[in-house]
Amino acid sequence: MSSHKIGGTSEVRHRLTFDWKDVGLRVALPLMAMLAAMLIGAAMLLLLKANALHAYAALLAGAFGSVYGFTQSLVKATPLLLVGLGICISFRASVINIGGEGQIIAGALMATWFSLAFRTWPGWMLLPATMTMGFLAGAAWGFIPGILKARLSVNEILSTVMMNAIGIQLMNFLLRGPLIDPAGVRAGTFLHQSERLPEQVWLPRLVPQTLLHAGAIIAVLLAIAVYIFLWRTTIGYRIRAVGLNRDASRYSGINVPLYQTLSLTLAGGFAGLAGVVEVIGVQHRLLEGITSGYGFSGIVAALFGGLHPLGTIPASWLFGSLLVGADKMQRAVQVPSALIDTVLGLVVMFVVGSALLSRRWAARRALTASGS
Amino acid sequence: MKTRNLLIVALVIGMLAVAFGGPAVAAPAFRIAIVMPSAKTDMAFSQSMYDALKALQKEMGGESALQIAYSEDMFKVPDAAAAIRDYAGQGFNIVLAHGSQYGSSVQEIAKDFPKTAFAWGTHVDTFGLPNVLAYTAAAEQGGYVNGVLAAKLTKTKVIGVTGPVEIGDAKTYISGFTQGVASVDPSIRVSKTWTGSFSDVALMAEAAKTQIAAGADALTGSSQSVVGSIGAAKAAKGKVLWFGTQQNQAPLAPELVVASQQYDWMGVLRAMIKNYKAGKLGGETYVAELKNGGLKIVYNPSFKLPDAVKKAGDKVIADITSGTLKIKP
Amino acid sequence: MADPTIFTVPATIGILSSAVRLATPYLFAAVGEAICQSSGVLNLGVDGIMLLGAYAGFFVTLSTGSLWLGVLAAMVVGLLMGLLMSVISVSLKAEQGISGIGLYMFGLGLSSLLFKVTVGTVKTVVGFQPVKIPILGDIPILGEILFQHSLAVYAAFLVVPLAWWFLDKTTWGLKIKAVGHTPAAADSLGVSVLRVRYASVCLGAVLAGLAGASLSLAMVNLFQENLTAGMGFIAVALVYFGGWRPVAIMGGALLFSFMNALQLWMQVLAVKIPSDIAVMLPYVLTIAVLAVAHNHEREPISLNKPFERGEH
Repeated sequence: MSSHKIGGTSEVRHRLTFDWKDVGLRVALPLMAMLAAMLIGAAMLLLLKANALHAYAALLAGAFGSVYGFTQSLVKATPLLLVGLGICISFRASVINIGGEGQIIAGALMATWFSLAFRTWPGWMLLPATMTMGFLAGAAWGFIPGILKARLSVNEILSTVMMNAIGIQLMNFLLRGPLIDPAGVRAGTFLHQSERLPEQVWLPRLVPQTLLHAGAIIAVLLAIAVYIFLWRTTIGYRIRAVGLNRDASRYSGINVPLYQTLSLTLAGGFAGLAGVVEVIGVQHRLLEGITSGYGFSGIVAALFGGLHPLGTIPASWLFGSLLVGADKMQRAVQVPSALIDTVLGLVVMFVVGSALLSRRWAARRALTASGS
Repeated sequence: MKTRNLLIVALVIGMLAVAFGGPAVAAPAFRIAIVMPSAKTDMAFSQSMYDALKALQKEMGGESALQIAYSEDMFKVPDAAAAIRDYAGQGFNIVLAHGSQYGSSVQEIAKDFPKTAFAWGTHVDTFGLPNVLAYTAAAEQGGYVNGVLAAKLTKTKVIGVTGPVEIGDAKTYISGFTQGVASVDPSIRVSKTWTGSFSDVALMAEAAKTQIAAGADALTGSSQSVVGSIGAAKAAKGKVLWFGTQQNQAPLAPELVVASQQYDWMGVLRAMIKNYKAGKLGGETYVAELKNGGLKIVYNPSFKLPDAVKKAGDKVIADITSGTLKIKP
Repeated sequence: MADPTIFTVPATIGILSSAVRLATPYLFAAVGEAICQSSGVLNLGVDGIMLLGAYAGFFVTLSTGSLWLGVLAAMVVGLLMGLLMSVISVSLKAEQGISGIGLYMFGLGLSSLLFKVTVGTVKTVVGFQPVKIPILGDIPILGEILFQHSLAVYAAFLVVPLAWWFLDKTTWGLKIKAVGHTPAAADSLGVSVLRVRYASVCLGAVLAGLAGASLSLAMVNLFQENLTAGMGFIAVALVYFGGWRPVAIMGGALLFSFMNALQLWMQVLAVKIPSDIAVMLPYVLTIAVLAVAHNHEREPISLNKPFERGEH
């Protein structure tokens, strides 16, 4: 028991001071877990009588083989990174935020409403205002379960799941009525989508003929900002301390509920921003299904990145490539896209399953380092 | 480890082969890609188009003459847009965006691929683009026929309608259906339930059960999740009748389906290909109607329809076909 | 609410009878999850297990014609998924919230894939038929609401007292709770934390499999991709709602299904209320109850915490 405690605290210290030497392991293990899942996927492809090699080649070619595929991977990586950044913050505080979907919707809804309501504003005003409002809307969607957890001890896993359902219904309701595209009403189609947003709020496209937009750059800059926030500021340190040891934090005078609420609020804000860039960067209007499941896959991206903002950058890119490549693979060998979902599920399970090995290894290293 | 390395090598080689080698070019087949919101076997909207493509392929002489690629279950519009763009980039002759929700994506993508014909439906708008085709079904026509049949057969004077949401051809179908019912007996009540979800089959089944419990003895509905309703109707053994749309739904429940309005896109597809080969990539709107064979009323042979009712149905079909009866969508 | 027709006797019977029926899958899944969580393991993958259970039950029934073989298949699939979850969350001590999501994605994907490959199109089976219980079923009103359902419905409501008895009155139940609260103490008393958690997760998963089968073999009599449409997540929420007590969970499940049934009936009876607002009600209500119920006091203290024994 006692040795466990020593291991525990040195592990805590270890995790509070980020060690670059760990990076190798943090990268290698998820990749190996992923490879294992892909091998199972290959077996399933063979059972489907599809050429697994051809299929995976198509996956790679789809993600990296063309300018369009490459940029499309980055387009998908952008919301994943933004959601992932929020996940880094909340999971570091040991707050399990499953509410990314609802928070994305809150941000997207707000961005849509705001930019349409103030469409007369010039772009230099409208664009930052829209992004701020979207961030705040997502933050509000995260704040509700956050404060419920802090004040009333409502389990955040449940409340965030519920907030997802409410967000989806709210969006459906608004897209069928108040926000519906007037053109669709006139044409009698009543498509569930909003009006096209004013052009001055569109994020500039980085590569012509592709969907790659400036949101990708914003996301990377924010990743650096979140890294600085979590590892170089007192608030960030406290958020991580709360996550590592709630009781010890409380004894040392940290207001635990406050930092839990804050982490979930920030997580909501970043997910909200993901919703904003999808609307003003990719679709230029609000559509049903705008989240594309990023609220869930963003969690996976963050885990891949070792819950580290900078690690989440390549992880999101990898995951975005995987999504784009998987779609391409579906089209190339015409296997049901459900196969990809299955493999992704395995990837998630294997990656979290492999975390134990990584923890043990790190703890052992920390023990040897401290000389015991 | 060794197998892993081998696999990586193999993957890289494979990737290079695809990236630089490209597929072997045989006799130039006509190539159509289709992006569908639900499964290609949904017994409804998606299947109606996919089956037509398959039938056309057979007619034209197999895969060497018509190559078909598909993406199903693309209910997320952003993913569908990526698929549409990818197929266009691969040089397919016609890319079918089979879902009215794909319209704005088609509008954007079509500009980047002027040599590809984009067809989308169900809708009438071609956005003024020279390479966009629109196709739609006058679903209100079959709806009217089904409505007349249902009104003649109901005993409780209550008819139930179930569906996920009231849009597109679901809306026009129900509109026609309601008019058909009213033309026979305005006192018959048509009660409608929309569950708000395309995927919640259990709720759809319960919606149908609710209709039945509220006295409905004839049901109809739109879209892929109606299979839940049909299941519920089946469970109510012999108490209710079903009227299908989009696809012949008799195989789902031979004992209770009276008739189905079936979409037959063959004519639309033939016209598209013909125009494409003549160099006309878009700007046209095709409407599937009873008159041009794009819509068909399929009576279920296992259901014993009283002659008088069938006669009434046939008369309405004839009137709509000849144009003496016009149905507002 | 202005429309008086909703307060008629037939409508009321209809709503309540719908509510009882709709509660079925939630009961199986939520009671199973309560057992699982009582041992300290949070399984968020219930929806994935339900989907695979629903598929397995449907497919086996479709190909053999036997409903009972279908039910058995759903249970076996549930057991396998429970084992998978146990290996990752109990043995490998993975973060349970995440491994559960992985399990969900896996179940969602695999059930769709298998369905596409083995069935492909829409097919229906003859499911469990409503059975009117003699005497009880003839009671006016109450009989119609409670005693004219299919076997699946009765079974689901039978699971509730059984689970209560199991958790509160048997040694096994006490062991499960001990492991969920103070695993170290249980361990020092010679209770195998690992074994108890494996058993609880698997039992919960078998019930989740049954929940799926109750959907595909009794309620809709068919399988479709994502048939559950997120029911498993609601079931997890109901566990917190009911504070890990089977009877209170049943209350929550009934309330939730009642809201759904009410909303359907209001539409049929043309009560003017936007359906999107109506379908939001159950979720808002759940959060509200979670907030006021102070159920966290009943939460298994070691929930979501992998058990690490002293020595490495």
